[in-house]
Amino acid sequence: MSDDFEPKTERVRLASAGARAAVAGSLGKQPGGTVAKNRIFRALLLLAVGIALAGLVALLVDAFVEGQGRLSLDLITGSNSFDPEIAGFQQAIVGTLYLIAFVILMVVPLGVGAAIYLEEYASRERWWNRLIELNVQNLAGVPSIVYGILGLAFIVRGPLDLGFMLFAGSITLALLVLPTVIIAAREAIRAVPPSIREGSLALGATEWQTIRRQVLPAAVPGILTGVILAISRAVGEAAPLLLLGAASFVTFNPEPFSADTGWTALPVQIFTFAARPEEGIREVAAAGIILMLAVLLLMNSFAIWLRNRYEQRW
Amino acid sequence: MEARNIATSGAAGLPPARRLEAASPRYGERAIKSFLALCAGLSVVTTTAIVVSLLVPALGFFREVPVGDFLLKTEWAPAQDLFGVLPLIAGTFNVVLWGMVFAIPIGIGAAIYLAEYASPRVRKIVKPVLEVLAGIPTVAIGFFGVSLVTPLLQDVWPGEFLGGPPGFFNALAAGLCIGLMIVPIIASISEDSMSSVPGGLREGAYALGASKMRVALRVVFPAALSGIVASIVLAISRAVGETMVVLLVAGNTPNLTFNPVENVQALTAFIGVTATGDIAQNTIEYDTVFAVGTVLFVLTLIMNMTSIRFVRKYRQIYE
Repeated sequence: MSDDFEPKTERVRLASAGARAAVAGSLGKQPGGTVAKNRIFRALLLLAVGIALAGLVALLVDAFVEGQGRLSLDLITGSNSFDPEIAGFQQAIVGTLYLIAFVILMVVPLGVGAAIYLEEYASRERWWNRLIELNVQNLAGVPSIVYGILGLAFIVRGPLDLGFMLFAGSITLALLVLPTVIIAAREAIRAVPPSIREGSLALGATEWQTIRRQVLPAAVPGILTGVILAISRAVGEAAPLLLLGAASFVTFNPEPFSADTGWTALPVQIFTFAARPEEGIREVAAAGIILMLAVLLLMNSFAIWLRNRYEQRW
Repeated sequence: MEARNIATSGAAGLPPARRLEAASPRYGERAIKSFLALCAGLSVVTTTAIVVSLLVPALGFFREVPVGDFLLKTEWAPAQDLFGVLPLIAGTFNVVLWGMVFAIPIGIGAAIYLAEYASPRVRKIVKPVLEVLAGIPTVAIGFFGVSLVTPLLQDVWPGEFLGGPPGFFNALAAGLCIGLMIVPIIASISEDSMSSVPGGLREGAYALGASKMRVALRVVFPAALSGIVASIVLAISRAVGETMVVLLVAGNTPNLTFNPVENVQALTAFIGVTATGDIAQNTIEYDTVFAVGTVLFVLTLIMNMTSIRFVRKYRQIYE
């Protein structure tokens, strides 16, 4: 998109300069006040961008100012407690690590599999394929707390009946980010030019051999970027977990497959701390936010680096 | 079948034609394809499961409480058997309204700047930075509301305006925080749709002597309108579904008002609070979660479908 921007503006500049010169002779000047109005308009637009960026900066600075006093190793090793002197996120961090590990295990094969089917096999003529596509788009917009309801009614209770275990939270989060992974993986697969497939098929490779040895390797960077972005969403997601027992007060590291011991996760713990009245506990919440944002920033930078490093243009 | 017979008989005397079908039935290929189709089908299963898990308890709820009462009565207090959902819907839209008042001008302004004014270099930096905002966990945005936005509003509030400064929980601060969260959605999708307006339209207007502002507002903006509307509808849907910010900032008092300084409870906040507490299964209170969840699901579904439709429209016109 940005590549054809330069010549376009140049063309626009030349064309409008020519047109102005031609019109100015016969029709006179631009109406009065136009120049001033244009300047004000431009300033307003800049202000809009500025306010949005200022909001971002204020958010980051606020968390840092409130939480910097608590930034130490105790934050990671400290245990769940409402006493701000000793409060930390150990159980929550372990919980989040378990959650995310299971989410990755589920979401990568399922998401990439669905994307391959939709891009490589599904014929758009068939109504069920169009239904799946529309369905994926809609699922991406379902509020996260509704996934929490799904998890409560179907996974914790109901058909799967796992109880309030961490693994139930993992399944719910996996379903929540699955549409994001599918959409990103589809885009990455679609970006592989058809000539690659045709070349492979013409040499006698089967459909699956073509996908496995030609299409997927070429699409891996794009798919990975999408997966990382989806996972970083799962890391920060608290709302559905509230319904799945994650808000319980635990002082020991969670057991992923136990329904009796209770569990928690980093964003849920931050929420609990932020909503507590005790003096000083909010600083711990702020420090937790800094920790979480730092992890997310690392993940996102890695995704951007991946995209820039391995992105192929055909 | 007949065509093939003619072909073979026509080729009599020549060596038999090579068959183009594979030598084996390729069961492995078929198995893989079925597995991949199952992966894709899982999304339909998920949707069905969501609908079933909402509707079955919700139907139980509506056997006890008439739908008319639920949708039209104006008091919400499940503990006292008052089940009028309007205060919760008002709570949601009280917050969303102030969010949109903030986010629509900022988001569209940023989009016009990025699409029409910014140099490619500036755009390449500013756009991803704005998108960082969309990736910040909402619990962090809620914390920002409690620790900075609400106190700031209380400090600068002009006296008794609208009945005095906002309380510790208030709809306005929650709205502003949610607004900040959805600015990148509006800016990003609107910018995409403005950038896909063909250059010829701009050039034509410039050639007629239009100023840059005129081109942006009278040519590009209307041409990109369906994408812009899509971005706004999608942003409203996100705002309606947001939970952590309203839980932390807007409060938990069902309140039928659009006054921004008041403590309100949104649909999502009710679900979050109620389902976290210890309530027994198969009670009417437990079922309210699903009834309210159904309202939330239907509201966001309608908005998402509308948004998808608008996006398709602008793709069709210019791509």
